[in-house]
Amino acid sequence: MQVADSVKDQLLRHFEEKIDKGDAIEPRDRMPDAYRKHLIRQMSQHAHSEVIGMQPEGNWITRAPSLRARQILLAKIQDEGGHGLYLYSAAETLGISRDEMIKQLHTGKAKYSNIFNYPALTWADIGAIGWLVDGAAIVNQVSLQRTSYGPYSRAMVRICKEESFHQRQGYEIMARMMAGTADQRAMAQDAMNRWWWPSLMMFGPHDSDSPHSGDAFRWKIKRHSNDELRQKFIDKTVQQAEVIGLTIPDQDLKWNEAKRGYDHGTINWEEFYQVIGGNGPCNQQRMDHHKQVHEEGAWVREAAAAYAKKKQEKLLNH
Amino acid sequence: MTQDTQLNTWEVFMQARSGANYIHAGSVHAADGEMALQNARDTYTRRGEGTSIWVVPTSAIVASNPDEQDMFFDPANDKIYRMPTFYTMPEGAKAI
Repeated sequence: MQVADSVKDQLLRHFEEKIDKGDAIEPRDRMPDAYRKHLIRQMSQHAHSEVIGMQPEGNWITRAPSLRARQILLAKIQDEGGHGLYLYSAAETLGISRDEMIKQLHTGKAKYSNIFNYPALTWADIGAIGWLVDGAAIVNQVSLQRTSYGPYSRAMVRICKEESFHQRQGYEIMARMMAGTADQRAMAQDAMNRWWWPSLMMFGPHDSDSPHSGDAFRWKIKRHSNDELRQKFIDKTVQQAEVIGLTIPDQDLKWNEAKRGYDHGTINWEEFYQVIGGNGPCNQQRMDHHKQVHEEGAWVREAAAAYAKKKQEKLLNH
Repeated sequence: MTQDTQLNTWEVFMQARSGANYIHAGSVHAADGEMALQNARDTYTRRGEGTSIWVVPTSAIVASNPDEQDMFFDPANDKIYRMPTFYTMPEGAKAI
């Protein structure tokens, strides 16, 4: 038993030396079970978020106010599906199948980002989602470009290249509405009011309450803390809001010269945990929809497999 | 619930422009090569990132073992005379 332990210690030491040197970990490298598990949990959640994130926006494809807006929205949603695929592909290198990941999503074992349990009520919400939700996601994903697991880091580089279009198209929608009629401006401000706080919650609990941080930092899965990333997002977004005349719905928001950043009001963590716990406005709807589409698409996968088998048999019989 | 299949995985290699190396981009799920190519196009070249794609069944990839990395690559480590900088050129010689 003692021998086994010391081999394990040695492997862990070797692994951590690699991490400390700044080397990337690749699929066939030895890694601690906890590292693999942490990555599978985080990457599958990330992949599921991209895919579930298509739902609130998909609802607006047929309602987009112009052909231009509709084309852009379609392209953006297609990107989100693509991002989900990059991430599933990267997660599969850890030895979990996509089938298993989807099962975990359907049974509730795997989560997706809380933000997609909120509804997209008006066209301005599409602007707010692109600008704020994708904006928050970008801050997180830019940091993850330097994560220690090679396939995850490479997927992040690819995603970040594509995401900036998403944020810009959202901000453009908001800017155009703010330059429009009083009703349009009110609609934009209303979307801002509803999406601001959930966007801040996307970064997760405060560092003092974050349950997964220790190993994630030591093994460089995470390079910046939740609070650091949230601060970065707030600091760059406040100015963008001011430029187009939107008000940040936080009376306690103020510039703090000493830390060269904004102080913000108290985040309603009670709401955060309620929504994570399944009591958000759209949790049920999002999961039901995903299950339904997955089931309804089963025949396509079956047909593709049957066709490939038939072609293979033909080939063998010749 | 019916038995689900996500189909086999295929590794995707892309050439960014004519004349360049093929570089690994990721993987896709597909029933056959033709479908793998189409899925790879939709997944990895939405912004003109590629001029050509290879797809290979993941099971066909043979990879070196990282645990034996040092031993495996050792034969090349002590042959610095394979580098052009190893050689002393006479003073004044040009274009070499």
